[in-house]
Amino acid sequence: MTVIQASHLDLTFPTADGPVHALRDVSLDVQAGEFVSFIGPSGCGKTTFLRCVAALETPTGGTLTVNGMAPDEARRARAYGYVFQAAGLYPWRTIGRNVTLPLEIMGYPRKERAERMERVLDLVDLSGFAQKYPYQLSGGMQQRASIARALAFDADILLMDEPFGALDEIVRDRLNEELLKLWDRTGKTILFVTHSIPEAVYLSTKIVVMSPRPGRITDVIDSPLPKDRPLDIRDTQAFLDIAHRVREGLREGMEA
Amino acid sequence: MTDAPLSAPGAAVGRSGRVALWLRGVPGTVAPVLAVVAALVALWYLACIPMNAAQSALDAERAGATLSTSASERRDMAGVAVALAHPAEAVAGAFAQERPRLPAPHQVVAELWDTTVGKKITSKRSLVFHAGITLGPTLLGFAIGSTLGILLAVGIVHSRVMDLSVMPWAIASQTIPILAIAPMIIVVLNSVGVQGLLPKAIISAYLSFFPVTVGMVKGLRAPAPADLDLMRTWNASALRTLVSLRLPMALPYLFASLKIAVAAALVGAIIGELPTGAVRGLGARLLAGSYYGQTIQIWSALFGAAIVAAGLVALLSGIERATLAKMGLRR
Repeated sequence: MTVIQASHLDLTFPTADGPVHALRDVSLDVQAGEFVSFIGPSGCGKTTFLRCVAALETPTGGTLTVNGMAPDEARRARAYGYVFQAAGLYPWRTIGRNVTLPLEIMGYPRKERAERMERVLDLVDLSGFAQKYPYQLSGGMQQRASIARALAFDADILLMDEPFGALDEIVRDRLNEELLKLWDRTGKTILFVTHSIPEAVYLSTKIVVMSPRPGRITDVIDSPLPKDRPLDIRDTQAFLDIAHRVREGLREGMEA
Repeated sequence: MTDAPLSAPGAAVGRSGRVALWLRGVPGTVAPVLAVVAALVALWYLACIPMNAAQSALDAERAGATLSTSASERRDMAGVAVALAHPAEAVAGAFAQERPRLPAPHQVVAELWDTTVGKKITSKRSLVFHAGITLGPTLLGFAIGSTLGILLAVGIVHSRVMDLSVMPWAIASQTIPILAIAPMIIVVLNSVGVQGLLPKAIISAYLSFFPVTVGMVKGLRAPAPADLDLMRTWNASALRTLVSLRLPMALPYLFASLKIAVAAALVGAIIGELPTGAVRGLGARLLAGSYYGQTIQIWSALFGAAIVAAGLVALLSGIERATLAKMGLRR
């Protein structure tokens, strides 16, 4: 089933120095249950594409459907959970109450909020931290809490905008591994923006390579790696071959 | 160092951590504050000598001393010149006059003590009584003003039309001298039958809504774009975003402006007492003092007002500390 369908998507921002082409002729289909990474230098439109899917930006041309609906309809139907680069937890709420905030807004009854909170905190390995305040948690734990918050209301799509970009490599490796397990257990469709080649190759079933000015897709790679991926898969030849192809795609995009 | 146990790292850890944390700053802050106060008091005493020199010389002459200058000559001399011409008399008479131009600190303190502790609260000579009279419109005006300020800020943040139309008027309102507009408010309200507490409270509100509006606009706009985007991804209503995100985030800004507003409200209430020729209240004490040349009374009323303002600000600081600590906003 096609969850996200973009064809010939254009997005132009008017600025004082003339129009900026954030997206030019972007066409992409995402199937249910896929893990799609978007990689490219800054200004290539990877975040902009994610924001279009989330209906936080409106494309100026082309068509885009999410779950068969217009993006804004999908947003109002709460079709997706969004994870930003900053965890964005409210300092005046405990971790538990941060996770239940979207549930409060969506009108879930109190009992169900508590059950869901327990379940998603367990999913991101944070059980027992519900009563803690955000400042009592490390950066990696905060980001896990923000993922739990995005999972709490059972959206089928998870949009992640460089969620681990601000974390150190060791924490990032572990969270990558956990994210894969979580994806396997929940069967969600994940769109993941990153600027790390190993991260993109390790996580994805599909890698979308993008390049800037104008923001466009230069290559779409379907990963041949098996679904079960231990961290040391990154030393195999298959992994290195894909990483090489991504790097080539990025280089071509810069030269063009 | 003698204060080592208090200021040592980790002193705040443990069962009595709260107390230790509170005490930790004391040795470091008390000394500079005391030094400044001492310097100001010394300067004040020094200033009393030339300020009161003319009267000192007159008093000395009346007591039988012969001075090299005559009273009519001294009338045209500056205070400093009189003090320099008759240093002994100037110093001797500077600090104990009944109606000095500048009362000495101890005279003001004695008057303050006498009119607070020394008088029954119900007495018309009690400064506590007068402060209580002024406190009523202050608190009412502060309540009206801060509520209005918050409502205006909410409107300004949510409506571009209000942002463009209200803000210039709010700023313009504060450029009008309050002394000019206060009598008009009193007279206009009086003509429609509104008397007593409310007209003074309205002048207080007029002064106190502005800092709250400005602070709250800034505070309500404090959430980062990502915070607002997050609310949007959950399809949260504007009201929900206001309650769950904007208001909590604005609280530190709110408290900062409330402290300014409460002091302004007290000034407003005092000014509101002046044009009516009120007989009760801190403003009335100031007015009566100036009618009868009772400088000591003026100064003690001034200090009374300052103490009341400091008390109100301290009260708000306490509420601020407790609230922000409870919300985890203080680190």
